[in-house]
Amino acid sequence: MTSQPQVTDQQVFAPTAGVRSFSPAMLWHLLPWAIALVFFFVGDGYHSLGTNILVMILFALSLDLALGYAGIITLGHAAFFGAGAYAAGIFAIHFNADPVLGLLVATAVAGLLGLITGMLILHTRGETLLMLTLAIAAIFYEVANHARWLTGGDDGLSGIRVTPVFGLFRFDLWGKTAFLYALAVLFIWFVIAAFVVRSPFGRSLDGIRQNTKRMRAIGTPVWWRLVAMYALSAAMAGSAGALTAQSTRLVGLSTLELLTSGIVAVMLVLGGERRLYGAFIGATIYVIVQDTAGSISPFIWMFVIGFLLILIVLFFEGGLMGIIDSVVAKLKGKTAGQTGKPT
Amino acid sequence: MQVLTILLDGISYGMVLFIISVGLTVTMGLMRVVNLAHGAFAMIGGYIATVLVLQAGVPFLLSALLAAVAAGALGGLAELTVYRPLYRKGELPQVLLTIGLCFVVIAGLTLFVGPTPLPAIVPPSLDRMVDIGFRSYPAYRLFLIVVGALLAFIVWLIVECSLFGARLRAAVDDPQMARAVGMNVNRMFTVTFIGGCALAGFGGAIGAGVLPLEPFYALRYLVYFLIVVAVGGMGSFRGSLVAALAIGIVDTAGRYIVPQFGGFLLYVLVFGLLLWRPNGLLPPKSVA
Repeated sequence: MTSQPQVTDQQVFAPTAGVRSFSPAMLWHLLPWAIALVFFFVGDGYHSLGTNILVMILFALSLDLALGYAGIITLGHAAFFGAGAYAAGIFAIHFNADPVLGLLVATAVAGLLGLITGMLILHTRGETLLMLTLAIAAIFYEVANHARWLTGGDDGLSGIRVTPVFGLFRFDLWGKTAFLYALAVLFIWFVIAAFVVRSPFGRSLDGIRQNTKRMRAIGTPVWWRLVAMYALSAAMAGSAGALTAQSTRLVGLSTLELLTSGIVAVMLVLGGERRLYGAFIGATIYVIVQDTAGSISPFIWMFVIGFLLILIVLFFEGGLMGIIDSVVAKLKGKTAGQTGKPT
Repeated sequence: MQVLTILLDGISYGMVLFIISVGLTVTMGLMRVVNLAHGAFAMIGGYIATVLVLQAGVPFLLSALLAAVAAGALGGLAELTVYRPLYRKGELPQVLLTIGLCFVVIAGLTLFVGPTPLPAIVPPSLDRMVDIGFRSYPAYRLFLIVVGALLAFIVWLIVECSLFGARLRAAVDDPQMARAVGMNVNRMFTVTFIGGCALAGFGGAIGAGVLPLEPFYALRYLVYFLIVVAVGGMGSFRGSLVAALAIGIVDTAGRYIVPQFGGFLLYVLVFGLLLWRPNGLLPPKSVA
């Protein structure tokens, strides 16, 4: 089970990204944030949908760190998303309703859970690892389902209070504050993620993904690196979960479902894994398609998404970002394989 | 006596798991494909059989056999079109494509049949209690045990006593060597995939009383099918029977004795077992 050579080529070219000086092409990096800010001013009535998109982008980005960059094959990432959501909700109800504090607590809880479970399971690989991640998510689900006194069981956790952000910005009825709050959190995590994947640590994970034996042979502490990335990714997923708990004031069991783990992987690959912005495109398109097609029938979007997935895997490795890259490359008159925006 | 009841319930449940999952153990062991769409073929079988019984009045067993044929045919089609390019790809593309296939099947069946759970089709001849000495017991569950045992025997005959089975085992243990000595491993893939999907379809049809058919069937029970494969050891037929029965019994016992924990017990056991023996209980030689 080797990874696709096409994408590894991009990684070979990527290290230059960290050290190059300013070029006009770098302005593209402002695009997603500019779109989000424009949306904030013109998107009246759609801010909660927008917040949902931001949350899912963050969640997909967290999966990109573990699955895309570190090559940790997981179908249980919802465990950390749900853990973060429940931690934020429970903390707000029983201890303190400050959103930033709640967010930090949820992030820490999810990160700690990621650290512990990662230490247990990251000795294994392949299908066994996949099953172990599935089992962890299933265990979390069962715990949340049966600890009714704490989590509300299958009724969900409700009654979450949120005080103003920094005591200044109240969460309004239209979700404008929640949108900006989520955008700020996403931005911080994006900067961290971009920094991490370009650091020597991130590079070593590239190597581990491509050839674990060789990395071990040259003395890389493979297991620790994987555990560290997994924990970071879990913390990030926990932040996403906390954001959804705080913006919707509700946490349901569905945050821990297998379907949620699957959907976030779908978003990531739809956009293109291992390029950070893939999560942005994938999550945005997924949530919008789900919202529009889902209002007709929830099963139509399933059909569309499922069909899209099959097509992408068979014909467009690299996802939508890969398609954009090859179109850009064609326009520039280069051959497709040599470009690939290093993000 | 409660112990015996749990045992019988667990075994009949385990038999359904075995019938459905034995095909998955082949796909994952022989072809090295993470196949998350296997539950979808069981679901197709279950839906076809239920519609045949309810709408066309086809007898129960005949409709289950027709469902198996249909699921096998669709499985063969899927193997030739979407699975074949997957063999050379990594785990992530495999996971995603098969999830996509799952979504398409779920959406397709729901659009045709409707989004409500389907009633279990148990024929009147099986929908009664039989006296088994110490208590009366549902005939349907005894039927599952008998059919499961029969199918396990047939699968054993094919795998252990036929030339095809010998080749299959060789290919699971060492696919490269099997190719090198001139076996047509690709055709073997197709044939076993069809067989596995047909069994899954059959299991989905006759097991509808144990694993109720509903729109998210393909995902909801997928975890169980995957657990059977992982616990039994990928590509191991004996392992999948042992694992299916053990999981059926453990899960049933857990729900009887400590209902407040639900499926918790099973998952914790599976988690512990996979940490202890990452390749499952009875892995084939290639990975042992």
